[in-house]
Amino acid sequence: MIALERRPQPSQAWSAAAPLVAVLLTMIAGGLLFAALGKDPVEAIKTIFWDPLFGRTAGFSRPQLLVKAGPLILIAVGLAMGFRAGIWNIGAEGQYIVGALCGAAVGLAFYPMEARWLIFPLMVLGGAAGGLLWAMIPGLLKVRFGTNEILVSLMLVYVAEQLLASMALGALRNPEGMGFPGSRNLAQYASATSWIDRSSGMHWGVVAAFVAVIVGYVILSQHLLGFRIRLTGESPRAARFSGVNPARLVLICLGFSGALAGLAGLFEVTGPSGQISIDFNAGYGFTAIIVAFLGRLHPVGILFAGLLMALTYVGGEIAQLTLGLPGAAIQLFQGMLLFFLLAVDVLTHFRVRFGRREVKP
Amino acid sequence: MSAAPLLALRGITKAYPGVVANDHVALTIGAGEIHALLGENGAGKSTLVKMIYGLVAPDAGSMTLSGAPYAPAEPRAARASGVAMVFQHFSLFDALDVAENIALGMEAPPPMRELAAQIREVSETYGLPLDPGRLVGDLSAGERQRVEIVRCLLQDPRLLIMDEPTSVLTPQEVSILFDTLRQLRADGRSILYISHKLEEIRALCDTATILRLGKVVGTCDPKTASAREMAEMMVGGTLHVPEKAPPGDGPVLLSISGLSAPAPHAFGTALKDISLEVRQGEVVGIGGVAGNGQDELLLALSGEMRVRPGMIRMDGRDVGTLGPDGRRALGLQTAPEERMGHAAAPDMTLTENALLSGHARKNLMNRGFLRWGKARLFAEEIIKAFDVRTPGPGNAARSLSGGNLQKFVIGREILQNPRVFVVNQPTWGVDASAAAAIRQALLDLAAKGAAVIVISQDLDELMEVSDRFAALNEGRLSPPRPAQGLTVDQIGLMLGGAHDMEVAHVHG
Amino acid sequence: MDLSTINPTLLVASLMVASTPILLAAIGELVVERAGVLNLGVEGMMITGAVCGFIVAVTTGSPLLGFLGAALGGAALSMLFALLTQVLLSNQVATGLALTLFGLGLSALLGQGYIGVKSPTLPKVDLGPLTDLPFVGRVIFGHDLVVYLALALVAGVWAMLRFTRIGLILRAVGENHDAAHALGYHVVRIRFAAIAFGGACAGLGGAYLSLVRVPQWTEGMTAGAGWIALAIVVFASWRPWRLLLGAWLFGGVTVLQLNLQAAGAKVPIEILSMSPYLATIAVLVIMSAGRAPGSLGRPFHASS
Repeated sequence: MIALERRPQPSQAWSAAAPLVAVLLTMIAGGLLFAALGKDPVEAIKTIFWDPLFGRTAGFSRPQLLVKAGPLILIAVGLAMGFRAGIWNIGAEGQYIVGALCGAAVGLAFYPMEARWLIFPLMVLGGAAGGLLWAMIPGLLKVRFGTNEILVSLMLVYVAEQLLASMALGALRNPEGMGFPGSRNLAQYASATSWIDRSSGMHWGVVAAFVAVIVGYVILSQHLLGFRIRLTGESPRAARFSGVNPARLVLICLGFSGALAGLAGLFEVTGPSGQISIDFNAGYGFTAIIVAFLGRLHPVGILFAGLLMALTYVGGEIAQLTLGLPGAAIQLFQGMLLFFLLAVDVLTHFRVRFGRREVKP
Repeated sequence: MSAAPLLALRGITKAYPGVVANDHVALTIGAGEIHALLGENGAGKSTLVKMIYGLVAPDAGSMTLSGAPYAPAEPRAARASGVAMVFQHFSLFDALDVAENIALGMEAPPPMRELAAQIREVSETYGLPLDPGRLVGDLSAGERQRVEIVRCLLQDPRLLIMDEPTSVLTPQEVSILFDTLRQLRADGRSILYISHKLEEIRALCDTATILRLGKVVGTCDPKTASAREMAEMMVGGTLHVPEKAPPGDGPVLLSISGLSAPAPHAFGTALKDISLEVRQGEVVGIGGVAGNGQDELLLALSGEMRVRPGMIRMDGRDVGTLGPDGRRALGLQTAPEERMGHAAAPDMTLTENALLSGHARKNLMNRGFLRWGKARLFAEEIIKAFDVRTPGPGNAARSLSGGNLQKFVIGREILQNPRVFVVNQPTWGVDASAAAAIRQALLDLAAKGAAVIVISQDLDELMEVSDRFAALNEGRLSPPRPAQGLTVDQIGLMLGGAHDMEVAHVHG
Repeated sequence: MDLSTINPTLLVASLMVASTPILLAAIGELVVERAGVLNLGVEGMMITGAVCGFIVAVTTGSPLLGFLGAALGGAALSMLFALLTQVLLSNQVATGLALTLFGLGLSALLGQGYIGVKSPTLPKVDLGPLTDLPFVGRVIFGHDLVVYLALALVAGVWAMLRFTRIGLILRAVGENHDAAHALGYHVVRIRFAAIAFGGACAGLGGAYLSLVRVPQWTEGMTAGAGWIALAIVVFASWRPWRLLLGAWLFGGVTVLQLNLQAAGAKVPIEILSMSPYLATIAVLVIMSAGRAPGSLGRPFHASS
């Protein structure tokens, strides 16, 4: 008989080891999946995890890692704050879109004026404000009417997608684009581009992600706000006793994660993506949820988890090209990773006992 | 006692990680006997009855029921053999009605209409009035217990297990309950009565088995054995009785006037026009049956529930609109009843839990940034001053026993030198020596010039520490009276324990 | 815009059809939540059901077998959730999200070879002259079997919760799992069953989209229907009949906006397309939720 027994206190060792074990299990299960699809599992795993870093085409794929990891980390750090407090913003995808729209709108309003010192900072503010305001909708509704923030933030993703389509076809459409949907290219607009060094994949979003990791780490471990966030997640009643204002915390957490998601969108639209288009959003807002959990809701963990997830993206694309591995298989692979993590996580709080324990006489 | 005992346990052993809850326990209950199982919190009483009721399987040992081997795999099997149990808590469903709750405890309940009739019949026979159609969440603690008892009785049990049944009752309700239990004994049923209250056991039981640290330390006839003798068996030593300084006549520190507030949640209690003044150096005890507004009063005083201006004043200053931090800054500290998850966060370390209420007053932060070193020292100070048994402040609150965590929580507030301290159920579920230490700490605090309010359901405790006594009943507070010289009957009337007395006496 | 092209009879009739997938998913989730479990993976189970149903229907040529396959597919996926949350005690919110992400990936992978394929369609139930009755005939009669199945499930779940012992036990487990455990009920077993039922219903709802509503397989075709089903359960305060109201309300908005689009309304298409989601938010705000099951979303561990 196998039984779970609650540990007197959470195991630090398992908490740290769980993501590694989960990655290992995912590689095994993923290998089986790839084998079932008729691909050589070892080759596929190597293509995904090794080739982007050290393979023949690593020169092209390493910059891509930064490009993909930047928004994932930026969004996930914000989400992790809320998740820690039991505030579930799962509409980061929508905030990402709205942030990009607002930031791009600011930039396009100045086009073709050149004044980088003014325009780019204003766009950054616009992006953060857009994401923040979009996240305030579920926040204020929750605080005011007790509406479930999970459902509202998610519904707003679909609304934001429609808004994106409408903007790409309407207000923000490139007047010189010969009728094609999509805005002007902001990456090529010197006052608006977020690229720092295109060849190495460095753009301001990557910088922002690193700053977010540091700020997030300091807040969570050293500041009263972080303590209150953790306390609220562990035990909401104890948090109120301690003096936490739950409504204010909801707004702070949603606002913070929304602003970061909005920033991620802004840096994406002014860099790697370059323009507002109908299919601008690539699911970063949802993948960031996996990243946040995989990183144990800890900013430093998220840094590594974001890089790992970027690896599966980039490696997955290589596998798609060289092995003909379907893109959906990669998506499934990422889902599996989260499942295994959640499963292994049980060992942080419980220990497994086999059979009946002997009792000393 | 009859020749073939109803239930006999031999060598029952059950271990949990780090603790042997029951160590070769032997116990015999005769037919038509009320058998007391006596022991402190943590002595292993609950584990033992869970094994008899089939909730937990023993690691070793055997049980026989009427001479036949008895090893229930689950409560269903126990009920089928005629063993029923009235739980201390955790076994009713607030959102379901009385009949549904009772049906859930039966193997093959009749159709609802018939069941309702049966409920009425049984409750009349045993003086336990109940309305089958009412939502359980709306019932008082005494009524909820009746639901449990009726649920058991409908299955015609041979053995009824009662786990601390009087902890939620007024003295009057207790005497009604005892009448019912004696009537059951007269019907030939046996009762296993679990308690740590000696006077009750002397009044009711035929035999007593005393457990300490998982072992049987003695069996006696409670009618002849002295209370002192039993208490010493139970505790394993002599008890420290708190010393009390005479109350001073200091200035009023806390004044509550016309405090009213709506119930904070669906099954909560609204506070109605509560007025009270507490002076420096004084301990005011507030008694009452669970669910009469104790939690809500504490929430209103701690600042978790804000109230309208003018209702709560400290030194004449309005504090009712302040949050917990603002009140702590002025020296108003509180300790809620529920340790795990309210006063302390179970999965967080003791250092973090020290920070939980001490961050402002103990200067544990600097412009919002935490001083972890100082927080740790504060946790260590609490552990040392209040004799909290733990390997260190890095351990999770969950890993502490109830008594140790309670000492930590009380210590955390007291070491912040409160001017006014409000505590709810300071010794609930705490072993006797820790309880004595906590009571002494409360008295010392008052002696040093603080105003103390102790909310408790334990009347003995209140009489021991209070200078004045008041009672909460349905969210109203009676005018306080000097505690000295109050009789049990007077207290009972203050608690509003006269509910249903007439009905009960007709049959009792 | 020409409003006269909108036929009210057809509108109400297609409302019944439009609300069916959400109704199916929601009635399943209602049972799950009444058992005290919050499964946010409805969207994932729905889309898995959609693809499983589509594949089985295309392969066997039988839409009914397709629905069966969808129910099994949804239930199978839900067992993953049950294993994680009930046995391994993982966080229900996180696991539900994972289930949705996983289901979206799985369905995309399974459905690769089926994009653009046509599936056999479900015949309408022929009720003879009843169908010819004015208005009522078109609105109530003359739908396919699954529309009636959905309505029957609502009635069945209502009766089960209200009148049967298993319903009482289910409610008890959802209200207070510690008490139910103390009385000897198998909390985990009951929840596994409820979660499987929820998965099967979500699968059916998904298949209704891919086999009847659209009828085609496209990636991500549920487009938030599973989330809307979750919202409707909250809106309904966990009561089956109010669920019907919510599903119709949503179906109505969907059908109306599609009709307005077809009629060439002057409102931008994007605004019309976002209206079902905005309506869902509005409904969540206006209807203050009733009392949720007491143990909803809390992990259960039978310790000591």
